[in-house]
Amino acid sequence: MNKLIDYLSERLTIVIWTCYGFLVFIMAYSLYVDKSHAHTWVEQNIPFFWSVFGFAAAAAIIVIAYWFGHSGIMVKEDYYEQDSSSSCGCSKTQSSSEHA
Amino acid sequence: MFTSFIHPALILIIGALILPFIRGPLRKPYLFIIPILTFAAVVSNSSLSGQFGTYQFMDWQLVFGRIDRLSNIFVFIMGLMAIIGTLYGLHVDNAKEHIAAWFYVAGSLGTIYSGDYLSLFLFWEMMALASTFLIWFRRGKRSNAAGYRYLIIHTIGGVILLAGIMLRYQVVGDIEFNLMDVKNPELYTWLIMIGFGLNAAVVPLHSWLPDAYSSASFNGSVFLCAFTTKTAVYTLARGFAGFDILILLGVIMALYGVIYAVMENDIRKLLAWSIVSQVGYMVAAVGIGTELAINGASAHAVAHILYKGLLFMGTGSVLYMTGKTKFTELGGLYSKMPATVIFTVIGCLSISAAPFFAAFVSKSMIISAAFETHLNWAAWLLMFGATGTFMYNGLKLPYFLFFGKNNCSRETWEKAADPTWNMQMAMAAGAFLCILVGSVPSLLYALLPYPVHFHPYNGYHIAETFQLLGFAALAFFFLKKYLVPEDKLCLDMDWLYRRGGSLFVWVAKHPLQWFDTAWGEAYRVVGLGPLMIISRFWSWFDWHGIDGVVDGIARCVRAIGGRVRTLQSGQIQYTIYYAASFTALLLIAYVLFQLS
Repeated sequence: MNKLIDYLSERLTIVIWTCYGFLVFIMAYSLYVDKSHAHTWVEQNIPFFWSVFGFAAAAAIIVIAYWFGHSGIMVKEDYYEQDSSSSCGCSKTQSSSEHA
Repeated sequence: MFTSFIHPALILIIGALILPFIRGPLRKPYLFIIPILTFAAVVSNSSLSGQFGTYQFMDWQLVFGRIDRLSNIFVFIMGLMAIIGTLYGLHVDNAKEHIAAWFYVAGSLGTIYSGDYLSLFLFWEMMALASTFLIWFRRGKRSNAAGYRYLIIHTIGGVILLAGIMLRYQVVGDIEFNLMDVKNPELYTWLIMIGFGLNAAVVPLHSWLPDAYSSASFNGSVFLCAFTTKTAVYTLARGFAGFDILILLGVIMALYGVIYAVMENDIRKLLAWSIVSQVGYMVAAVGIGTELAINGASAHAVAHILYKGLLFMGTGSVLYMTGKTKFTELGGLYSKMPATVIFTVIGCLSISAAPFFAAFVSKSMIISAAFETHLNWAAWLLMFGATGTFMYNGLKLPYFLFFGKNNCSRETWEKAADPTWNMQMAMAAGAFLCILVGSVPSLLYALLPYPVHFHPYNGYHIAETFQLLGFAALAFFFLKKYLVPEDKLCLDMDWLYRRGGSLFVWVAKHPLQWFDTAWGEAYRVVGLGPLMIISRFWSWFDWHGIDGVVDGIARCVRAIGGRVRTLQSGQIQYTIYYAASFTALLLIAYVLFQLS
């Protein structure tokens, strides 16, 4: 498997364009597929609906998580340890006895 | 095979009690046989239907073996996971870890088979207590603290559940565990639901899960990820199917877990957040409550246990071999752990609901159930969450762990390798089952509580899935710089009680300490001065009064003794002289006294 991954890594441009080609194929396929199983009007009438939904949802999740994380939710790793050590005067260091 | 009901929990409990006495070369076969026997009992019981293992206790009838299709599918997957989990940790020498794990599984099986609230509560608490040890067995400060937090939170949940059970008994007059009147909920309905919901990690009662599961031992978390939350899903499906509030709570869970998983730096905490998200789908399905929805919840519970167990085994292998769990300390491991990569990627595809992998045939049932009951808002939001699931679990986890930038230290890199044979066997079994369930869904559907009229493999569903996954991957490709893990901790609702503890310490340290100091000073100025004066007086009195009398007598006696001693020369004539003189004085004194 390592050789395969290394082989593909060396030809990354080809891999990327192949993926783009696959996406175009999926979009084209979605135009011709039987939509009787679709649940809603938008699925049946808006072309490439799930392509747009997939991209927009993923982008929105990335942006929301990034904004949320950097709005004060993400703090230093020893946030609670600092707090407890300053309260009780204990050592901040993780016990060396911890194992897998 | 057995011919009548045999409680599988009993096999595990007895097996666990005997385990410490099985040593040497017999240990590993024994570790393998007991879960196999447990699973055999589960399979054997599945041919039965009705109530078994009934026992009259005071005024109540306890039911230890309620067997129907709903309980069957859950005990089936729990029994299967007991085998895989034990196989994964087969090389662990510490018998206590296996004992805790087996008691934990026994608690889960017992809960699922319980037909009454009393026996359910017994097994429920057994599960909570045994699972705490799986966290503590990793040892270290962080795991100790997380274990205590886990135990406290579950104890509180247990008390709430018990309060609900007692209140219900007061009102209804029985302890049977059946579907509640969810259209007219009473106080006890809410209390019992909160008790179950806490174990299902329903937001905002969820913070214990990422905290504890990321702190457990490498094999402990494989058990933890399977049993507590899915047992809770079973209890919700049994008692609260169609309870509307669960739809909203489930959708919140699905989305909340996604956002935190996307931000997370710890690989096992990411998976723990993923549990919150995925269990959200099941909780929402229980809230929808239709046959398709309950089928979807059950199917997704099975699929989830398989792929989540596999993912925790994959990340557990990384932890076991390297000792690290953070993206910022790992990366680029594909060349060092090729087998682990393959198994983990299969788990990633399974959770992402890729065609031919487990969740493809289960998650879609839940979303279809939402659409069919015209809960379009819930269905759209669950689809939104499903895209996020692929984002963090299908792309972020394998990319930054195995293929992205190599953040390994020299020591970590040298340690990295595929794990022991039994760990690989367990992962291979999990991966095989993920593909089997995804590729031949009829095997799973045959186990579901209700007849299945759902066909996941149609052109539209496949096209929809490939579009979603493909274009989500495109967004990842363009925006992955915003997903680069950072060595940070994400604050969550546990901040309230962890900070609450700190607030307590602060209150003790500042206002209370100030009050204590002020009180001490006031005492010193106002109370201590007069007290010292009184003490000095008594000291003086003691010295000059009491001691004066006593010491005076003593001094007097000593002085007389001294004088007498000087008279003691040791010569007999002087002694006779002093005695005669003393006698003469006495006689003179007597005569004078008589004359007067």
